[in-house]
Amino acid sequence: MPFFEAIRLALQMIRAQKLKSVFSTIGVFIGVTFLIGAWSVVNGMNRYMTEKFAGTLVGVNTFHLRRSPNVNFDVQDSVWRSWRRRPRIKFADANAVTKSLTVPVVTAWYSEDRGSVEYSGKVAKDITLEGTTERYFDIMNLTIGDGRPFTPQESKAGTTVVVLGYDLAHKLFPDVNPIGHNVRIHGIPYRVIGVVERQGNLLGISLDKFVVAPALSPIQREVNPPGVVDALIVKANSEPEMREAMNQAEAVMRSRRHLRPRQDDNFAMETSEGVLDFWNKLSRILYAVGPGLVGIALVVGGIVIMNIMLVAVAERTREIGIRKSLGARRRDILRQFLAEATALATVGATLGILTGIGLSVLLQAVSPLPASVSPFSIVLGVVVGGGVGVIAGVYPASRAARLDPITALRQE
Amino acid sequence: MTALQPFRTGDTPLPDIVILTHKLTRDYDMGGEVVRALRGVSLQIRKNEYVAVMGPSGSGKSTFMNLIGCLDTPTAGEYWLNGQKVSDLSDDELARIRNKEIGFVFQTFNLLPRATALHNVELPLIYAGQPARERREQAARALTSVGLGDRMDHRPNELSGGQRQRVAIARALVNQPSILLADEPTGNLDSATSAELMQVFRDLHRGGQTIVMVTHEHDIAAHAARVVTLRDGVIATDQLQAA
Ligand SMILES: Nc1ncnc2c1ncn2[C@@H]1O[C@H](COP(=O)(O)OP(=O)(O)OP(=O)(O)O)[C@@H](O)[C@H]1O
Ligand SMILES: [Mg+2]
Repeated sequence: MPFFEAIRLALQMIRAQKLKSVFSTIGVFIGVTFLIGAWSVVNGMNRYMTEKFAGTLVGVNTFHLRRSPNVNFDVQDSVWRSWRRRPRIKFADANAVTKSLTVPVVTAWYSEDRGSVEYSGKVAKDITLEGTTERYFDIMNLTIGDGRPFTPQESKAGTTVVVLGYDLAHKLFPDVNPIGHNVRIHGIPYRVIGVVERQGNLLGISLDKFVVAPALSPIQREVNPPGVVDALIVKANSEPEMREAMNQAEAVMRSRRHLRPRQDDNFAMETSEGVLDFWNKLSRILYAVGPGLVGIALVVGGIVIMNIMLVAVAERTREIGIRKSLGARRRDILRQFLAEATALATVGATLGILTGIGLSVLLQAVSPLPASVSPFSIVLGVVVGGGVGVIAGVYPASRAARLDPITALRQE
Repeated sequence: MTALQPFRTGDTPLPDIVILTHKLTRDYDMGGEVVRALRGVSLQIRKNEYVAVMGPSGSGKSTFMNLIGCLDTPTAGEYWLNGQKVSDLSDDELARIRNKEIGFVFQTFNLLPRATALHNVELPLIYAGQPARERREQAARALTSVGLGDRMDHRPNELSGGQRQRVAIARALVNQPSILLADEPTGNLDSATSAELMQVFRDLHRGGQTIVMVTHEHDIAAHAARVVTLRDGVIATDQLQAA
């Protein structure tokens, strides 16, 4: 019997036994859906964390010189209190470090706090007020959609100009172009010179509710005591150069702070890697637990299919007997059932892939969890889910095909 | 017709002998208790003979038919089909014999319930490896020849008992087998339909077909030229009769 014939036969039988076919596809379907769906969440979180989260908070090949780490998870109280006692980073520290670095870097000052921004009676509350120097926009990859960033001159002079985040601009200026208008922060007017392109959100928190003004402008009073910054941001061209710059910065800071060799640093240098540490710990657990769960789902699905197929084959033993009595060889029977099981598994796997992808898209739409379907999970789902389906379909048939035709025919 | 020579182990059958069994035995092991369904049946059937097998219920008629139809394996004894010793054949060769040499008509029809009449008749041709178009034409011809040319797309449950049996006959004959075996072919049919079926068998026999048929009914057996009677798994009588 040619293979094409087996496929035609299989499709005929599937059409003839709709209900049984539906049931046998369900096992594969559930396994594949679950695998792709669950995997996409872990995968999405991972990509999100490595690409966006860490990149957004710290930046690539970038370190932040701070009093203490900004991003931290589960820190002990005593450690936290010791951080609070550390001296702050001064303008003078930032300048000294910047001057001492011999590798090519771009630097910016950075301070932030929360506060309100007003425009003609409208008040936007809980806005991130940021005092920075001009290179901040480059370092953090903030693209100005409308207008311009502030210039080095404006930065040095502390001119009262601001660049708005996308959401803030739209809240205060729903109908007019904000460029050239004055917003007020704590009563002081600042001229809007630019609006940053929309950035979206991070774990459900908007990244577009901020205002950036020169660090030397009066905004300094809102964000830090005089002469103090939250961070000096240093961006190098490559990872090794960043490491080199960090060593140089550390040396400068230690000497300025008169630390003896045995004393620990009383400042922090934060990189995106540090931020990722926490996530890596978490994702290791997810990657270990996730496939385990998926494996269980597939095994259970496989047993379900196997049982359905066993029942189906028992019922179809008569059919196998008839076919054998008419001259079907064992391998003809096997081929027929293989084609049938493959077709069912393919349908199940395809539906599973589509539903898994749909699930992940849905998840991304309705929850802050980022989901991203990994091609590997699709391959794995098809191989494992489909394989389980095919084996479950063929194994019982191969047993029935071994019977004498009359034995098979006698079975009811 | 010359008398048949007795067969001894080590002999080979004469050329015009289609079926030859020698001390054919079939035991069923029923969990310790052995049922001896056939206990040494020796029989020779020539080309174009029309044989009726009779005997009381449980005498081993079906067991014998299944063995010569290669649907079952004997416990002991020899079975030669067309000069070939069947007991020596491999699984695949047996499948080929069932496909090409034997047409089997069952009392319960044994049609695929979900397939059309045409597809049912096509099955032996599928396993013979015939291309689809030829196969369909040949199956259609076979159905037409049993008077079912207008019922090809019907499923078994849309056909009467007599029609189902004719589908089964078309299927049995579609590969032009050297023997037609029928186990109580009229068992599930009324007398009018049985008579029609006997007409079909008579025509086939006249056309040169070798036929072995099991029956309980004497008026059905009367159509055959030779009647073999089994009793307790052995041949009790073997008689020629006038047609
Ligand atoms: N699969 C089987 N397992 C065990 N015993 C069997 C089996 N098939 C047949 N037998 C036994 O073998 C003997 C012969 O059975 P067989 O079916 O050949 O009789 P039969 O002559 O065809 O009877 P009937 O006229 O009722 O069809 C019986 O005693 C029967 O019980
Ligand atoms: Mg019987």
